[in-house]
Amino acid sequence: MSYIKPKFHHPLLPKNKLGYTRKDYEGSISTLCAGCGHDSISAAIVEACYELNVEPHKVAKLSGIGCSSKTPAYFLSNSHGFNSVHGRMPSIATGANLANCDLVYLGVSGDGDSASIGMGQFVHVVRRNLNMVYIVMNNGCYGLTKGQDSATADRGSISKGGDATLFEGIDLCSLAIELGATFVAQSFSGDKAQLVPLIEAAMSHQGFALINVLSPCVTFNNNPGSTKSYEYVREHNEALAGIDFIPVGDEITTNYNEGERVEVTMHDGSVLRLNKLDHTWDPQDKLSIIAALKKSQQAHEILTGLLYIDRTSVPLHTMLNTTETPLNQLKEDQLCPGSKVLEGINAGLR
Amino acid sequence: MFSSTMSSINDFVVRFANVNGTGSASANLLFAKSIFRMGVPIAPKNIFPSNIQGLPTWYEVRVSEKGYLGRRAGIDLMVSMNPQSMKKDVESVRPGGYFFYDSTKPLQESFIREDIHYIGVPLMEICNREYTDARQKQLFKNIVYVGALAVLLSIEFEVLETLLKEQFKGKEKLVAPNVKALNLGADYIREHYSFPLDFHVERRDLVGDMILIDGNSAAGLGAVYAGASVVSWYPITPSTSLVSAFEEYARELRVDPVTGKNNYAIVQAEDELSAIGMAIGANWNGARSFTATSGPGVSLMSEFLGLAYYAEIPVVLVDVQRAGPSTGMPTRTQQSDILSAAYASHGDTKQVLLFPSTPKECFDMMADAFDLAEQLQTPVIMLTDLDLGMNDNLSAPFQWDDARAYQRGKVLSAEELENAKTRWGRYLDIDGDGVPYRTLPGTHPTKGAYFTRGTSHDEYAVYSEDSDTYVRIMERLLVKLNTAKKLVPAPEFYQDGKQSDTGIVFIGTTTHSARESLDQLKAQGIPCDAMRLRAFPFNEDVAAFIQDHDRVFVIEQNRDAQLRSLLVNELDINPSKMIKVLNFDGTPITADFISSSILKSLTTV
Repeated sequence: MSYIKPKFHHPLLPKNKLGYTRKDYEGSISTLCAGCGHDSISAAIVEACYELNVEPHKVAKLSGIGCSSKTPAYFLSNSHGFNSVHGRMPSIATGANLANCDLVYLGVSGDGDSASIGMGQFVHVVRRNLNMVYIVMNNGCYGLTKGQDSATADRGSISKGGDATLFEGIDLCSLAIELGATFVAQSFSGDKAQLVPLIEAAMSHQGFALINVLSPCVTFNNNPGSTKSYEYVREHNEALAGIDFIPVGDEITTNYNEGERVEVTMHDGSVLRLNKLDHTWDPQDKLSIIAALKKSQQAHEILTGLLYIDRTSVPLHTMLNTTETPLNQLKEDQLCPGSKVLEGINAGLR
Repeated sequence: MFSSTMSSINDFVVRFANVNGTGSASANLLFAKSIFRMGVPIAPKNIFPSNIQGLPTWYEVRVSEKGYLGRRAGIDLMVSMNPQSMKKDVESVRPGGYFFYDSTKPLQESFIREDIHYIGVPLMEICNREYTDARQKQLFKNIVYVGALAVLLSIEFEVLETLLKEQFKGKEKLVAPNVKALNLGADYIREHYSFPLDFHVERRDLVGDMILIDGNSAAGLGAVYAGASVVSWYPITPSTSLVSAFEEYARELRVDPVTGKNNYAIVQAEDELSAIGMAIGANWNGARSFTATSGPGVSLMSEFLGLAYYAEIPVVLVDVQRAGPSTGMPTRTQQSDILSAAYASHGDTKQVLLFPSTPKECFDMMADAFDLAEQLQTPVIMLTDLDLGMNDNLSAPFQWDDARAYQRGKVLSAEELENAKTRWGRYLDIDGDGVPYRTLPGTHPTKGAYFTRGTSHDEYAVYSEDSDTYVRIMERLLVKLNTAKKLVPAPEFYQDGKQSDTGIVFIGTTTHSARESLDQLKAQGIPCDAMRLRAFPFNEDVAAFIQDHDRVFVIEQNRDAQLRSLLVNELDINPSKMIKVLNFDGTPITADFISSSILKSLTTV
């Protein structure tokens, strides 16, 4: 059951530039387990949309099947949502986006949904550089079917039942970078300070933006020996940089003062400010992030933050040279060539 | 037995045996089109392998004064250009027929039959003498035999020349060498053989304003007219050319003249699952979108078709059927996806199907499919087949009524949402027709958002596992199916009222041969009533026709009598009166086969 929350709220709640309160970005009450990392990610999405002054109804929420794919019911209740079939959210997102280029497409998936059954669709939506935010709520296991290993579980990671994972885990971030993804980030559900600006930056990016969020499963994969438990991720989390997202027109202030400052201006004029903690890495240099990821894997560290961004990103609509008007708003006279043209076609077929 | 009434004028079958990839296709089309231009009906068919180059391929042209467009067995004239298939080709000529071959080398003794005529033309020798370039020798060999056939069959040279001029518009210097090649073949026949043959062509005025086009191109064009703006697809024979045709027409007709930008988007997906997913996503978001595939693709798309059925999302799918099961015979025709399409997906589902039988109907039904899908908020599957999709078919010309408005169905605008007096429910049946009102993303800041899902839901799109709610929604979907019966194209009948106790039922490409068979049976003193189904779900007219007849022959092109099963199952008919007439060898069904099957059944009763 999804519960509908009461609409009533305090009249003095702060409002964003559009006049919306945080409440306007919330959804139904979550039915996930208490302490589930996914709920923190939902909260981060609410916060990011509020801060970014996104109109809730201009967002389309899309998901596949699994615990993670349920979450679109728990945020943005004024947005249309589409809970599709297992592993097939990218194709729904592609079609929806082609139909209307004017909305923000927020895809939510899980490790089973993206790295197993939906690997084909994941790989190809990256290749197409579809303009969307793709959040993977990655807990290394299948929750709804009671805790089986997923394809992102690290080899040797111990499951709740005590068995070590036999196979190599798939690293979606490395894979996406290899495939030409134009925005790749990794974060932890417990690090809201990092996750919120990453979501904001991803929403401002023109092209495919992946955020792989480690999001522990409190019920089936939070045990000692698991590499996706709260404790393990906290201990092994290595942030590449402090991160601030400055929306268009906002005053630039920062929470960070150590490290080397890098500023990335997004297509819409907003600024992503990074205070680098790793000096060998440059977020716009693919080779440096591939090297950093390999090194971190050997050291059993989990790199988080913005990993890679390609500011020359060309999204699918541009590649296809589609009209600026959303295709779903074209009128009949723009779509139908009419009877006279048809007579000419007939004449050519005799 | 039925085709033995040989009228020698405008009634014969010519078959060309070629090697795949040798440029024979355009020469053969030139031959066929010249007869069409002389006002005589033709039915050309490609019989080709699943291969790029080197294997045998055949092209068959039936010429029919009476306008019979189905396939006819029995080859009157075999044009043998492929040594690889020559033995079989010799055998396939009817007794008294003709075997046309390249006599540069003498024919093998074993290929000589006493009961057929041989016409040898030293094609290779002529081309070696006249042309130096190897590719030209190959290509002009094809034109030389067309010239020879023109004399043998009394095809007007002016017509051939006009066609060549049209073909090489902009490359005029190619016309003269082609005309020369035609003459080389023609002169050889005039010098060495008596002509014309006992069967040949005579100019008529029998094709009127008809056009010659393949069904896939017609459907692609229909989708452009229907306003499809998002197309996703995955290559598969025999549907690939449908999307190619859409793309060609869209490039010509759908590019904004001012900005140069496309008023359409085409994406080649990674597989059929993704192709249908994209089409569903686009339709969910308010753009008309379709995909095209064949049987294997329908299998892969089944899960998504179930989602679209249950979540009530419009989508259009064209299934150009080929011979299954599995990979089957990818380049042979069949009507064997009827059941897998009608009941596509797990759980209780019934999908709306359309059965076109001509290119014009492919065009029309494509437009109807989008209207129906949006009016009914459900998938609509148009079932064609390889025979219709990939062969040039003689067809009535396309028509478009400029007053026709797209039927976009029940979609609420921001204003309607704003002024709604009662709570809107995505799956609430307000009108009693089983079709609820939907909203599109981005319409209204606070009203009309809902969560589309394949899980069980109540009238307000809220997840529910309540049994009563589930049953209510499932039964409402049947109400919608009843509404569909009123909206889908009605069956077509070929007689006024009831004329006979025997009825025949058929769909799609069986139509041409079935109608020819009706004439044959009538000539034998066995008139039958006939009904051509054009859609599923079946309406009351369909049930009444079957009710009214003591025995009903269901003629179809698959092994398992799938159309018959669907009729029996959906209309609760006593199966014993439904007699199967089944052709499933991968070649189009013939009138002779239908007539003899029916006669055999009637005489053994």
